[in-house]
Amino acid sequence: MQLFKKGTNFDFMGKRKLAIAFSAVLLLISIGALAVKGLNFGLDFTGGTLIELGYSHPVDLEAVRGTLEKQGFPEAVVQHFGTASDILIRIAPHAETSNAEISNRVMDALKAGEADGIQMRRVEFVGPQVGDELANDGGLAMIYALISILIYVGFRFEYRLAVGSVLALVHDVLITLGVFSLFQLDFDLTVLAAILAVIGYSLNDTIVVFDRIRENFRKIRKGTSEEIINVSLNQTLSRTVMTSFTTLLVLAALFVFGGELIHGFATALLIGVIIGTYSSIYVASTAALMLGISKADLMPVVVEKEGAEIDDRP
Amino acid sequence: MLNQYPAWKYLLVILVLLVSTVYALPNLYGEDPALQVTSTRTAGVDVTTQDKVQKLLKGAGIRYDSISLANDQLLVRFPDTEAQLAAKDVVKKGLGRGYVVALNLAPRTPDWLVSLGAAPMYLGLDLRGGVHFLMEVDVDAAVKQAEERYIGDFRGLLRENKVRYARVARYENQHAEGDGLARSGVEIKFKTAEARDRAEALINDEYRDLELKAEDRADGYYLLAGLSEKERREVRKLALKQNITTLRNRVNELGVAEPVIQQQGENRIVVQLPGVQDTARAKEILGATATLEFRLADETHDVQEALRGRVPPGLKLYPQRDGGYVLLKNRVMLTGDYIVDASSGIDQQSGGPAVFITLDGKGASIFSKVTGENIKKLMAVVFIENKTETRMVDGKPVKTRHTVAEVINVARIQDQLSKRFQITGLDSTKEAHNLALLLRAGALAAPIEIVEERTIGPSLGQDNIDQGLLSVIIGFVLVLVFMALWYRGFGLVANLALALNLVVIVAVLSMLQATLTLPGIAGIVLTVGMAVDANVLIFERIREELRNGVSPQTAINAGYEKAFSTIADANITTLIAAVILFGFGTGPIKGFAITLSIGILTSMFTAIMGTRAVINLMYGGRRRIDKLSI
Repeated sequence: MQLFKKGTNFDFMGKRKLAIAFSAVLLLISIGALAVKGLNFGLDFTGGTLIELGYSHPVDLEAVRGTLEKQGFPEAVVQHFGTASDILIRIAPHAETSNAEISNRVMDALKAGEADGIQMRRVEFVGPQVGDELANDGGLAMIYALISILIYVGFRFEYRLAVGSVLALVHDVLITLGVFSLFQLDFDLTVLAAILAVIGYSLNDTIVVFDRIRENFRKIRKGTSEEIINVSLNQTLSRTVMTSFTTLLVLAALFVFGGELIHGFATALLIGVIIGTYSSIYVASTAALMLGISKADLMPVVVEKEGAEIDDRP
Repeated sequence: MLNQYPAWKYLLVILVLLVSTVYALPNLYGEDPALQVTSTRTAGVDVTTQDKVQKLLKGAGIRYDSISLANDQLLVRFPDTEAQLAAKDVVKKGLGRGYVVALNLAPRTPDWLVSLGAAPMYLGLDLRGGVHFLMEVDVDAAVKQAEERYIGDFRGLLRENKVRYARVARYENQHAEGDGLARSGVEIKFKTAEARDRAEALINDEYRDLELKAEDRADGYYLLAGLSEKERREVRKLALKQNITTLRNRVNELGVAEPVIQQQGENRIVVQLPGVQDTARAKEILGATATLEFRLADETHDVQEALRGRVPPGLKLYPQRDGGYVLLKNRVMLTGDYIVDASSGIDQQSGGPAVFITLDGKGASIFSKVTGENIKKLMAVVFIENKTETRMVDGKPVKTRHTVAEVINVARIQDQLSKRFQITGLDSTKEAHNLALLLRAGALAAPIEIVEERTIGPSLGQDNIDQGLLSVIIGFVLVLVFMALWYRGFGLVANLALALNLVVIVAVLSMLQATLTLPGIAGIVLTVGMAVDANVLIFERIREELRNGVSPQTAINAGYEKAFSTIADANITTLIAAVILFGFGTGPIKGFAITLSIGILTSMFTAIMGTRAVINLMYGGRRRIDKLSI
């Protein structure tokens, strides 16, 4: 089976104004959501206590909230987690009580009211200073990643392409964050890790396209930059779609079967891969085009003899 | 000839396949509930211990599958967890102090694999269940303590030498720039300059390591004394090390197999206790504080009599660490608060092992007085621990504080001791080493605070493993089916490479004993999707070449060659992201970075070399190929 039998000839670059508009809309929505709603930061960044409990029957959240309030935690957030008999309790950092004790007290209070006993699935406590550090480290990691990639691509290809690729990555990250903000999905350390993975993976795609663009710029004699980029995109189209598709297959498996803990991670990757594929085709090349990439930029420095044919295949 | 591999390349692929299979095998065998017995004292674990344990278990009627002794460690395997738990109580009571009895899940790896060094993957806490603590040590408190001790010292020294001073106190400068004296120290106020200068000379003589600065102020003549920056660092480092030792001792009491206790950063300690469920208890035990006491031992009365209940007045019965009892006088000569340091070494005169103890100023003067009065008498070192335990009594939690006191060493006082003295009469250098460690561990540790805690219950751990495994299998199958349908014959070859890739990843993880976490499993799943990418690149290139009218053999060759640099470039970028993740991530995230990195590297090998080997075998030698199954 083949996706495109005779080779395609879509005019990608011709439609780029449409694509820019589309991306602009997505970006606006994302930035808007981030500004207004912000991200639903998980425990790892805010600090506080998190307790996951498994009951033997569906749980009445109000009753649990009542017990917690009596213990001195009126602001505790209680929600179902996965099924009706599992609950998740979140308590913000507490000034008075020694934080390590909070989990003990909560557990004891809740266990006292339960005849069948409660199963403790997990308890997490993050002190506020550690939360801040993790947030900082995460942000720094993101920046380091983008800078290293900028350097690497600039070194391997050419600076205009490098800028184009980084722009595409920033575009992907912003939109992914935007989705998380819009739907107030839980944003914890694993999600951050997923976004970094998206950066690496999305770049993967972009590099393949650039590689072909470079090859064609050197190979094809006639044609404007726009046409050459179009040709390159068409040639790599089936490969791009295929790879994204196989990755999406496994991510779907992870999303459905991986369980609650990995859910946020899988979601971030899914969004990232889909947007990443789109951006590899449009955003990166458009940016490079708009920066004025041309044949001259991609030629290796070689002394030309008059009329000589240069084999410039890398 | 195109598409023909030299023999060594085929051998390489086969070798990788075989080695990976062997090292991945241990993961297929299950685990047995087991009991692990180690010793914290000089005795060690040997055949007599093994006999003792066997007798204990037989006596209690507990069935066990096997018992083995290796690496100074006893391992007993049980058919189920009930037997394991019952056995723990019996063995712990029976062996008594000096042994650590821990619950463990021992892998059933057969001997031939063990001899090759193969072992199953090391599972992280989120897959095994257990507790993870991050503790912050208030190292500045240690510096403060040191400075406060100096206050006492200075007062003593100046009084001894009849130097008049007005005031000695600690000062602290929160916003000061620079180090050492600028930030904090001890300041002594004098009425006259000569007194100050004399003091400066005296202190300089006695305490070489301190920084001194003379200051003339409006209200008097001052002398500032404090720790140099280097000293401060040393004090902080020592405080941290002492705390780690103390914590390690504590963890041994909990009876945990394979605990992890490590320094993290400048002032934090990571404690990981796999398999521990009772976090409340773990927290209490880790937070317990211990002290030391020095008392005179009684040599006239009979210990046996005392054991039977007739303790003479003025004396108290104490258990000894290594067994037996001893009578000690009620009066405490010195407490451990005054010990600043302890180290083991060789006694100059006898050449035997000794422990050198350093006291602070106040302790030194007390001690010298007391020892001066009691030369040639026996002195005992008592180790005292205050433990807080919360137990459920009638459904309500009750906090009980109990004190454990045991004699760790009895030695004869040779002559008057003061600031630095030594304890001799020890059995061996190992005992001296242990004693010094114990004294250090017992010495005041800087206060610790738990800043991060993650506990995963065992059920969740198992759930995570199951779900992770399911995702891997389903993801893998989906990709297999798709590749076979889309790329036909070549697709099947890619599937073979994918399978090999999985085996190699598992083998590498097992060999490195890298930690596998839930995000790590997700990383493996991701690798499955990405590994296919390389093959897709190659196959699409081959298809393109065929579309351009190139002959099949040339198409295959061209496909592999042209795709290679693209594959390399693309994988390197993902590798960069993985390396950064590894650098900044902790625990589970590190696990993800590791599996991702390993997956990328192995997939490059299997996708390029692995598939090429098979393709070459299939198509390589043939003169005429009509159609490629792609």
